Amino acid sequence: MSSRERFEELVGWAKSQLEGDEILLARFDGENSDFIRFNGASVRQAGSVRQRSVELELIDGQRHTSGSVSLSEDDELDRGRVGSLLAELRDQVGLVPEDPYLLYATDEPSTTDERPSDIPDGTGAVDRVLDASAGRDLAGIYASGDIFSGYASSLGQRHWFRGATFNFDWSFYLRADKAAKNGYAGTSWDDDAFDAKIAWSARQLDALAREPIDLQPGRYRTFLAPAAMVEIMDMLSWGGFGLRAHRTRRTPLLRMVTEGATLHPGVTITEDTAGGAAPAFQSDGFTRPDEVVLIDGGSSGGHLVSPRSAQEYGVATNGAESHESPVSVALSAGAIPTGTELDALGTGLYVGNLWYLNFSDRAAGRLTGMTRFATFWVEDGEIVAPVNVLRFDDSIFHLLGDGLVGLTDTAEMILDPGTYGGRSTMSHRVPGALVEAMTFTL
Amino acid sequence: MTSLAAIGPGTDSGAPLCGVTMPAWGLRCARMDAVFEKLLRDSLPSDAGYASARFVEERSQLVHVRQGISEPVRTAKDTGVMFSVWKGGGAGYAATSDLTPSGLSLAAKRASEWAEITTGRSVLAAPPLAHPTGSYTSPVERPWNEVGLADRIALLTEQSERLAIDERIVERSARIWTIETDTLILTNGGGRVEQHHHQVFPNLSVVANEGSNTQTRSFGAGALGGQGGVEVLDRHGFADAAPRIAEEAIALLDAPNCPTGNMDLVLAPDQMALQIHESIGHPLELDRILGDERNYAGTTFVSLDMFGSYQYGSKLLNVTYDPTVRGEVASSAFDDDGTPSECHHLIRDGVLVRPLGGSISQERAAMDGVANSRASSWNRPPIDRMANLNVEPGTSTVDELIGEIEHGVLMETNVSWSIDDSRNKFQFGCELGRVISDGEIGDIVRNPNYRGISATFWRNLSGVADDFTVMGVANCGKGEPNQVIRVGHASPTCRFSDVAVFGGAK
Repeated sequence: MSSRERFEELVGWAKSQLEGDEILLARFDGENSDFIRFNGASVRQAGSVRQRSVELELIDGQRHTSGSVSLSEDDELDRGRVGSLLAELRDQVGLVPEDPYLLYATDEPSTTDERPSDIPDGTGAVDRVLDASAGRDLAGIYASGDIFSGYASSLGQRHWFRGATFNFDWSFYLRADKAAKNGYAGTSWDDDAFDAKIAWSARQLDALAREPIDLQPGRYRTFLAPAAMVEIMDMLSWGGFGLRAHRTRRTPLLRMVTEGATLHPGVTITEDTAGGAAPAFQSDGFTRPDEVVLIDGGSSGGHLVSPRSAQEYGVATNGAESHESPVSVALSAGAIPTGTELDALGTGLYVGNLWYLNFSDRAAGRLTGMTRFATFWVEDGEIVAPVNVLRFDDSIFHLLGDGLVGLTDTAEMILDPGTYGGRSTMSHRVPGALVEAMTFTL
Repeated sequence: MTSLAAIGPGTDSGAPLCGVTMPAWGLRCARMDAVFEKLLRDSLPSDAGYASARFVEERSQLVHVRQGISEPVRTAKDTGVMFSVWKGGGAGYAATSDLTPSGLSLAAKRASEWAEITTGRSVLAAPPLAHPTGSYTSPVERPWNEVGLADRIALLTEQSERLAIDERIVERSARIWTIETDTLILTNGGGRVEQHHHQVFPNLSVVANEGSNTQTRSFGAGALGGQGGVEVLDRHGFADAAPRIAEEAIALLDAPNCPTGNMDLVLAPDQMALQIHESIGHPLELDRILGDERNYAGTTFVSLDMFGSYQYGSKLLNVTYDPTVRGEVASSAFDDDGTPSECHHLIRDGVLVRPLGGSISQERAAMDGVANSRASSWNRPPIDRMANLNVEPGTSTVDELIGEIEHGVLMETNVSWSIDDSRNKFQFGCELGRVISDGEIGDIVRNPNYRGISATFWRNLSGVADDFTVMGVANCGKGEPNQVIRVGHASPTCRFSDVAVFGGAK
């Protein structure tokens, strides 16, 4: 029996156990994953994880409560677990107050999204990676396998998502903290594409081999590569685009709300569900639109609205999860031709990656963070030397506002290698950004 | 006001979280089913040099009241097993939530396959792992399952209401997260380790806003968790905290920006937790020193040759890995490789003496460490983590620490944290600061931040008070694949000299 069939069977049985006017929502998550972790020319840890779980939400009028249990491949065992959970939820639902913000899909279509893939078996990746990195100091992880996500309601609605991906996220280390970082991820492995990525990383090592320099704190013309822009987008996504954060003044874009501040007119940020790798439905059964424009030509656009926020603030939900952060972030491309970044930079800093960003003044939209991996001092379009790590502290209204010189003309698709709790289906499609006078403090 | 003493045992017939008996190979709370245990042991590969099965069941509940409205209660029961196999010079693991005989057999077989594939290519050919026996259970004075769900919601609703003191309070939140974790480790040499942890993470927070000025204030920013039951709330005054933090949030709106300059800095324990975590704990993780984390969480400025001689901090700095502190989040008798936990100094009188490394890292580095090989759950392999990492108290009183300061700032409760990938250049921000002038604590200041370099910051430790606050955080992230884990930090109030302090945007 497939995971989908097993989920369907379990939900059907759970529905048969409902009493009175109870409504049941069920969410299924599962993955079959291989993980191979590398350090140097060796395997640090290699293994597989098979995980399945179901979350049930029991609704009785305006009262509801939810719980989750792990699942096996045994019908009797899983029915027992689900049955016990249902009984527990039934006890709880009589004890919780009515929820004025309860909202779940009642009139939404069912969807199926099973994405084709052609990924190598995880066990074969050990040879492939070690061969490709021979002679180099490699650190990284190869993760691959199936990811499943399902939704079912006792009202009849169904969603199902299945995707199989691989994600190889690695660094070639030269010495100390000097390393070239790269990633190769997708749904269909291509040896030539992988080899090209390895070759690119090797070329970066050549540049990193030069004697590093220390830059004094100051303001520098800076090119932020797409991987660095991912970190900036992630910080913005932390409260920047959710309706709740806006209404409670927690958004780092508060100045847009209170002062009418804007970003650069070339900046458009969207939740690009149609172009991303994540399921197009959320935990309460709502489908996500193909796109939600969050920043429109530098001005505030829409917000991500979860069902609870929709009820609380009297607006329509657009299928956001309760965290109201985008999972398929897209930043508009610009006009700087890809491949001419160093020429466009002229003299300044090339930042390949940023690291450990946080807010230094959230309400003012000020971010801080570190450079990491390949960061170079460039003069007249030529790399001069790698630069030892620098801390920046600057406003988003400068980085993507009055300090933005331009964006590259190609937005790179970067699949998130994150694996907290389970393999991520997040993605970022971002260009590189040329910024005038970015502030570095330490 | 609802006092915690008044919350009676299950008067509203709230169902207990556990106590559900399942089929033999299923779930059982708190006590390990003998039939399932035999099945688990029988599933261990018979041809492995070393093999272990680590069963974990985690039951948790989050009760959260926001703006006076109860958010959906979320209860979770996560169960699974990880097999680890060392064979012929290779190592592998496989984890599964399928606890049927066939599911366990498949996982054990898969772990063996990985061991064969990595033969000759693993960082360590043979595991230095023993076959220990023993058990541990969190000390609990008053179990949470004696507090019915309705009473929990009522308690948090009351706290949420007490936060609503001013129309400028735009968001208020009260939450309690309770977690019970049962772990059983069986080894192919007869080892058996059983541990039961009960943890509670309470939090209160408010957001105050006026125009473009938003300030937050919280109950320790979630860093006041601990092992135990209802009594964890009493340790840090949860029941009385709401009015104070709401008043402080309002005061922050009108407060001046934190001053800028190099000055003395006093850190309250709930900021010391973050300082210890980021610029002592992570740099001392032995697997990080060995390079395992370079692609993700980073490397460290610490090298193996520093141990025994490197002056990490001033002579006032004494840091321990201490699994014996009653009620601290990560107290235990064994780590997740089954190594018995013992208290050790990591830094003594300022000198670096021992890394945070479990048995496997110790073997790789040929040096002693501590029992800190931990996994977030059954679905991730153990790696070197912080457990309980503490700064030991000094001999000065807090008043004495403050009294010696001409010009400085006292900072409380972390709100922002950022550090470089070698764990050196950091910048941290707090919710609230208080100016110190001529030995006296003065006005509140907002957006207090400071930056420094770990390698020099701790050498500027100029005062350690004799207070000692036992805390715990639930969000330490590391590893590939990624894992988030709960750690304990206990600390006194500390003073640092000549620190770069600054405020928010003008």
